[in-house]
Amino acid sequence: MNIEYIGLKNANGPLIVLDGVRGACYEELVEIAVGENDHRMGRIISLSGETAVIQVFEGTEGISLSNTRTRLTGHPLELPVARDMLGRVFDGAGRPIDGLGDICPEKKIDINGLAINPVSRDYPRDYIRTGISSIDGLCTLIKGQKLPIFSGAGMSHNELAAQIVRQAKMSGNFGIVFAALGVKNDVADYFRRSFEETGVLSRVIMFQNLAGDPIVERILTPRCALTCAEYFAFEYGMDMLVIMTDMTSYAEALREVASAKNEIPGRKGYPGYLYSDFASLYERAGRIKGCEGSVTQLPILTMPNDDVTHPVPDLTGYITEGQIVLDRSLEMKGVYPPVSIQLSLSRLMKDGIGDGSTRADHSTLSNQLYASYAKVQDVRSLASVIGEEDLSPTDKLYFEFGRRFESEFLTQDRFENRSIDATLDLGWKLLSILPRDELERVSDEMYEKYCRGEE
Amino acid sequence: MKDRQISGADDAARRQNKGMKNYTIHGINGPVITVAGKTDLDMMETVYIGNARLIGEVINISTEKTTIQCYENTTGVRPGEPVSRTGMPMSATLAPGLLTGMYDGIGRPLKKLEEISGHFIAPGIDVPAVDTERLWDAEVKLSVGDTLAPGMIFAECDETQVVRHRCIVPEGVSGKVTFAAPSGAHTVVEPLIRYVDDEGEEHELSMLRRWPIRKPRPVKKRLPISEPLVTGQRVIDTLFPLAKGGAAAIPGGFGTGKTMLQHQLAKWSDADIIVYVGCGERGNEMTQVLEEFSGLIDPRTGRSMLERTIMIANTSNMPVAAREASIYTGVTFAEYYRDMGYNVALMADSTSRWAEALREISGRLEEMPAEEGYPAYLPSRLSAFYERAGQVETLSGEKGSVSIIGAVSPQGNDFSEPVTQNTKRFIRVFWALDKPLAYARHYPAVNWTTSYSEYTLELDEWFRREVAPDFPALRSRIQNILAEENRLMDIVKLIGSDLLAEEQKLTLETARCIRVGFLQQNALHELDCSVPLKKQYGMMKLIIKTHDRARTLVAKAIPVSQMKKEGIFDLLCRMKFELPNDNLTAVDELTSRISSMFAEIEKRYDIAPEEAAK
Repeated sequence: MNIEYIGLKNANGPLIVLDGVRGACYEELVEIAVGENDHRMGRIISLSGETAVIQVFEGTEGISLSNTRTRLTGHPLELPVARDMLGRVFDGAGRPIDGLGDICPEKKIDINGLAINPVSRDYPRDYIRTGISSIDGLCTLIKGQKLPIFSGAGMSHNELAAQIVRQAKMSGNFGIVFAALGVKNDVADYFRRSFEETGVLSRVIMFQNLAGDPIVERILTPRCALTCAEYFAFEYGMDMLVIMTDMTSYAEALREVASAKNEIPGRKGYPGYLYSDFASLYERAGRIKGCEGSVTQLPILTMPNDDVTHPVPDLTGYITEGQIVLDRSLEMKGVYPPVSIQLSLSRLMKDGIGDGSTRADHSTLSNQLYASYAKVQDVRSLASVIGEEDLSPTDKLYFEFGRRFESEFLTQDRFENRSIDATLDLGWKLLSILPRDELERVSDEMYEKYCRGEE
Repeated sequence: MKDRQISGADDAARRQNKGMKNYTIHGINGPVITVAGKTDLDMMETVYIGNARLIGEVINISTEKTTIQCYENTTGVRPGEPVSRTGMPMSATLAPGLLTGMYDGIGRPLKKLEEISGHFIAPGIDVPAVDTERLWDAEVKLSVGDTLAPGMIFAECDETQVVRHRCIVPEGVSGKVTFAAPSGAHTVVEPLIRYVDDEGEEHELSMLRRWPIRKPRPVKKRLPISEPLVTGQRVIDTLFPLAKGGAAAIPGGFGTGKTMLQHQLAKWSDADIIVYVGCGERGNEMTQVLEEFSGLIDPRTGRSMLERTIMIANTSNMPVAAREASIYTGVTFAEYYRDMGYNVALMADSTSRWAEALREISGRLEEMPAEEGYPAYLPSRLSAFYERAGQVETLSGEKGSVSIIGAVSPQGNDFSEPVTQNTKRFIRVFWALDKPLAYARHYPAVNWTTSYSEYTLELDEWFRREVAPDFPALRSRIQNILAEENRLMDIVKLIGSDLLAEEQKLTLETARCIRVGFLQQNALHELDCSVPLKKQYGMMKLIIKTHDRARTLVAKAIPVSQMKKEGIFDLLCRMKFELPNDNLTAVDELTSRISSMFAEIEKRYDIAPEEAAK
């Protein structure tokens, strides 16, 4: 089909409207030639009779009502995939930008993907050891899980993600897909360097839509990344870890496009379908029966004003299987990684730990640590009123427990890789500070066996 | 598509459809399709869209255009492609074989979809909910010459080992039986009965029915509620009971354990049939339900839990319009089994996702939004859904019930948002899940100050009769102690607990026992995951008894710390893991053990109070 439509009806923000279009299909990819040498891509986002609304990925700068020639491609946006994508860098729409030339596609896949049939899913239960006590011990990462990091501007989420990549013990056949969504060049570069230092760069596929890149393209970036990850996971049986940062920028891009389309806004101006849109990304994590591979997601998002009830973290939390929340007050105290234990959670943890994968006492220990640390918060607020001196003896022990829990259990070096035994033993050692009858969740048998106190 | 055979009246409608004309697509915007000009399409009619034959439903008609919502992804659909009619509203297929299955929001069996399209769900597949080729050992209950009337059972078969499926003559059908198939192996589409109606026309009845999902199924009359849905969860059964035929909501922010509680209720409640609707939730969760239920043995029947369960999974990444339909499909399945005289419990997780689907579609239709962008008809849709719960006398004169338990996911954990607020108006049990409790890993995180049950009074008679005469009285004692603790904690937060009076310290200690030993329940513990009412009563009684006994000691100036040191309260906190569920004499043994411990302390104090205090 080589009909070219010359000119436009109107242009608004990232959108252009074309009249007299015949035979176009919904979500079809179009090519737009602007002037002589400028070729752009776009996608049909609404059709009404012969009028098509097109989203231009590269933006509408320089477009006039008469200088464009638009051509339909006849198919939706597809990502060419091939095994030699490993180690390469692509832009937000999946075009190589590392100067190594085009890849030789084995297949072209619609980036929107299809929903995994719930009966085909294999329930994730293999844990991934990250070597980070707060994660391994208290919100364990499971292969095939989607576990976001909720952070704020200026906190050490990037370091944490990089450390997870460095230390994660996945199978030998693993790959990493890194999607940069509206982050600064420095951040993307930090990750690239860190992959390089770890020696995994040849297993990383990067999709970059940096802060200065077109907004519309940002909506495609995570979809390209996930399509690519699914391809490697389910065709080549690889364990894929997908890091997407920063989901807040993605949501803002979505909002910008929605408002250009004159859509009715929902909470904080985000479109009403933000939940479904997020779900169409996050739900692409998982494992499939009869397939070796898995897609594990580690999205990173920054909470505007550290507000966990902001629509982006809120809706994310409803879809993902838990969250790792970073806490600014811990960060101020110099705790790294500043994981807020109370707010963090891994929903798949209960089935991935225990005898046979980590250790039989893991679940009891983590429950007790959670409960005791929750009590520490009460004691601290009491101490802030009556002063530390006037606390009861038990409360003083809690105070001590809280302090050491933060400085010994949570805190670790950026290059420290703790074994699961070290993490659990450390937990028991700290619990031994508290009197026996405060440990309600620990049975006598378990107490005898594990809680040996300090040697 | 090929083998969707429909019996009786539906068949006639279908034959008539052959003459119906097709229309062409004019516009596409996400799941919303428009057809230009005036059409004869009916409101709520099911249509097939485009060459791919995607399933859709008519939602708006005017002289200028007709709007259709599509239940599948519309990528690749072109203007000009056909829209073909079915002449029927969106309907669910009802027949033996539904149990143990998992369906998507519009009732397509996911297992079958997997066979057809692999691990990912491809668009445009139309398969009936049940296997139309499977043979059932049906017992035909009528014979030639019998007079048919609505509500009569015309056939029965064992759907699973625990559920006997009864096929009931639908409303509006009457006449004389002219043919009755012999009992034996039949498929669901085979005509089992032929009859002549009053006008002399012949019709057929098979085991398969279709029913429009948005229309409640008829009943003889609604009955007042009379008994609780026993769930085995102490905080629910004892403090905030739900009636069979009642409606409850579980609101809670993410991570507060809504889904976990829903799973617990689905596993352990004493309903005959469970319909579990995963509406816009996680795919892995549905897989977990499927796996767990097939492995669990129902203690009452000795068979797999799956044999009494129907699952509907419309995960969050499946099309949004089907998510909106999934709730109705679920409740239609529930009503179908209720009509056979069963007690059905429907779990909907989560109704907020369903409300968001309404909002999303409403936004695409450019309707005027009300609160927070939700359409103005949100409350009426919610009430219509929750009103389908109830205890009824069925057309065949039996007693059946549908209980609805809807999870609500308030955005930002803010209970004042429209979905929670409107839901509260139409339910009578409110199990508010609390973030601070969940953070302290107190599960189920049901907050005892903000939750309520309006059924308590109506059910108290049942509790007095079936469990113990003083059950309601003990419950209010427990509630009083918790309320008193709540008041005292405000003081403790300011001055610490050391300065309280001994009596108040005792209240705090007992309240701790109630919280840790009674309200907290370990879903993964073998004994504690589900507790029979008799044991719940025994535990509650023992806690109150201990409290009263300790008060007599406090009156004698014996400090609470002494009793604490003896480990009396720790015994109460741990009894849930130690007392067996079936042998209640253990409760009595523990009671006498504790009372001798009290006697011991008292004796020491009577002899030498100064020494004992050391």
